Amino acid sequence: MTHVRRSLVTLALAVAGAVAFLGGSAAVFYASLSPADKEAVSSIAARKGVVLAMLGLVMVVSLGVLVEFLLRRYVVAAHALVEETDLILGPNPSRRVHVAGTPEFRALAQAVNRFAERHQELQDAVAERIRKAQADVEEEKNRLAALMSELAQGVIVFNTEGRILLYNSRAKYLLSAAPLGSAAENGANGGRASKADGPGPSPLAGGLVGLGRSIFGVVDRGLILHGLENLQHLLQDQETTLISQFVTTAPGDHILRIQMAPVLDREQAITGYVLTLEDMTQAIEFGGRRDALLQTLMETTRSSVGSIRAAIENILEFPEMSVERRERFCTIIRDEAVDLSGRLDAGAAEFSEHVRAHWPLEDMRARDLIGLIRRRIESTNAVHTHADEVDDSLWLKIDSYSVARALSYLASRLREECGVTEVGLRLGPGPRLARLDMTWSGMNPQVETMQRWESEPVSLGEGANPYSLREVAERHGGDVWHQMDPSDGTAYVRLLLPVTQPDSGWDVRVVRESRPEYYDFDLFHQPGQTPQLDEVPLARLTYTVFDTETTGLHPSGGDEIISIGAIRIVNGRLLQSEVFDQLINPHRSISPTSIAITGIAPEILVGQPSIGVVLPQFHRFAEETVLVAHNAAFDMRFLQMKEEQTGVRFINPLLDTLLLSAVIHPNQEVHRLEMIAERLGVSLVGRHTALGDAILTGEAFLKMIPLLADKGIHTLRQAREAAEKTYYARVVY
Amino acid sequence: MTKKVLIADDEPNIVISLEFLLEHNGYDVRVAHDGQEVLDQLPEYQPDLILLDVMMPVRNGFEICQTIRANPEWQGMKIVMLTAKGRDIEATKGLALGADAYVTKPFSTKELVERVRELLDDAA
Repeated sequence: MTHVRRSLVTLALAVAGAVAFLGGSAAVFYASLSPADKEAVSSIAARKGVVLAMLGLVMVVSLGVLVEFLLRRYVVAAHALVEETDLILGPNPSRRVHVAGTPEFRALAQAVNRFAERHQELQDAVAERIRKAQADVEEEKNRLAALMSELAQGVIVFNTEGRILLYNSRAKYLLSAAPLGSAAENGANGGRASKADGPGPSPLAGGLVGLGRSIFGVVDRGLILHGLENLQHLLQDQETTLISQFVTTAPGDHILRIQMAPVLDREQAITGYVLTLEDMTQAIEFGGRRDALLQTLMETTRSSVGSIRAAIENILEFPEMSVERRERFCTIIRDEAVDLSGRLDAGAAEFSEHVRAHWPLEDMRARDLIGLIRRRIESTNAVHTHADEVDDSLWLKIDSYSVARALSYLASRLREECGVTEVGLRLGPGPRLARLDMTWSGMNPQVETMQRWESEPVSLGEGANPYSLREVAERHGGDVWHQMDPSDGTAYVRLLLPVTQPDSGWDVRVVRESRPEYYDFDLFHQPGQTPQLDEVPLARLTYTVFDTETTGLHPSGGDEIISIGAIRIVNGRLLQSEVFDQLINPHRSISPTSIAITGIAPEILVGQPSIGVVLPQFHRFAEETVLVAHNAAFDMRFLQMKEEQTGVRFINPLLDTLLLSAVIHPNQEVHRLEMIAERLGVSLVGRHTALGDAILTGEAFLKMIPLLADKGIHTLRQAREAAEKTYYARVVY
Repeated sequence: MTKKVLIADDEPNIVISLEFLLEHNGYDVRVAHDGQEVLDQLPEYQPDLILLDVMMPVRNGFEICQTIRANPEWQGMKIVMLTAKGRDIEATKGLALGADAYVTKPFSTKELVERVRELLDDAA
């Protein structure tokens, strides 16, 4: 209202000026009269003073009324016209200004509308050209999307900060938080009461894989850092094959093989990474079962044949043996032979069911492996390391992550229980298998203790690895043992590991050339989610736009949330596939008004999870984003009421579209969501569901960002401060 | 003096043959059916040679081997590992842990006796 107020002041001054001019004119007129005339005028004035004063007052008042009339007719109308014109110029070019008021304003409005017509034609022409250009890009993008969706492998691209830039549905499936089949189990097991409180189907569409989300949310941080470290060293060594490979477990007991390759810029600096994920679960299961089968078969066969051979050789060697003895040996031969036939039949039948598979191992140079193990031991245990003899010509076929972890674990046990502060590493060739030794001196553990350390699962800082050192060795088709020399107190643990000839593998330069540039690669320059968030431009932030439906309007009076809907905005795009949409059992009745508005009947809510289950899930969904809601104070109040009960707090920065609308259009009085949407040219679809309103709010919010920029509001801090200043910020629910 | 041999194996069918074989070759023979029995018999029996199966209940052959080699009094004891595990890495491991010989089942009884004789003659 400041424009109008300023105009009012100006006009009040004008009125005062007019009164002063009249008074001055009267004084000059009076001064020009002769003394006789002055006396006559004075006597008239004395007699008719009241009338004159009345006349003056009437004049001032009518002047005021005139001013007021002119103000409404011209000044306010002018401001309204400016706002309406801005709307056409900004978010809603198809809008036209209202033709009303004085003939001058009608003419002006018509001129503005004619101008708007031309403006829109021009815009349409430009838009058409852009559309054509984009169509080509789109086609290329669709080709990539089709290719990626057809891939049996999961693909995820992320930047150096770990934000996901691109992924395919296979990756989402492999890494999704809810394993397939869990929902069906809930349905089958849960009685009515337990079902209401149970987790229910996960509302997270595709788990936590999403554009702009952190890769560390879906892949173990330790693994990614392990891969990064490998790649950095390969890059430093100017290797042509820049690829790191490791194996990890995913939700639902999947075993994934992950290959990691860097995305390089022109200066060969790493700007991001490509992960390819392959589900090895079945292959490994089959492989493991086949190996176990083969091994059992071999051992029992050897054992039986051993008994048969020893018995028959005794019979032949000692023909003079007693009849009973001979019969005893013959019985052994028959029993073992029968046993053996049975086992062979069973083994053959079982074996034919399985397919051939291998535990995935990567090729690695001896020197790199030793370097990696040393860094890991030093960084996790503060144990010094040194390399003794390392055969540089050796290449190993190895799961370096597991080996490094297992040895690091052993080093930590040695340090804690025997005070060992330095270990040595040596790697040399052996017959078929290479020998990797970790040596130390000083106090040595008991044989039994060492046996235990070799066979217990590795547990180190970031997450436990279910494999023991022995299992890691066996998985490589190798073995492990330790030897101690009591005379000089030296000892070592020896791992036998398979050797290989290196092959060239996947050349990362191919990846560089085929980099799909038309996706959201702007995120390469995305700032981290830090306290500096406040200075980030609004257009670059990641948002969770949400809305709630409730049983009524009084959160402190016991009303409850019955639905939460949310959608993510990343890099200025509303991501239709990354939504949160969940009904909630309020465990209380719903007001008739609420039923009428939301269309949610109480019966629908009976089988739904309760707020205690849903709110933590929503909290995770909204993690590390800025929250946006319309009339946010209302929704936030409901969320805050549940803080104690659910143990989650929403500390995310918050923007309110109602307040932002008031910032943009201070002269419009109504800032209801549908009014804002209409003003900004957003179509009203699916209103009064939480998700529908969240999407509507999100679309309106995206239109507001450039309008805020026109007002000099660019950053989160500026937006928050401007919102605070508006009148609506003082509305308290 | 008659040399003493301890047979440590949990498979009765092979134990019968081994016992017969070694007795007929003039050795004093005793049998242990699992790892713990071996450790129980060792201090009293003090065998010159032990035929040690790797896969035994309670304590496996590798453990027994390490325990024997860790005791300075038993350094002269000969250890022949006898196993159905055919991989050469296990042979490597057995020898590294202090076994004198590593015999994979099935084996030739004649060669086994020769091997035992050689080892015991060396010791004599």
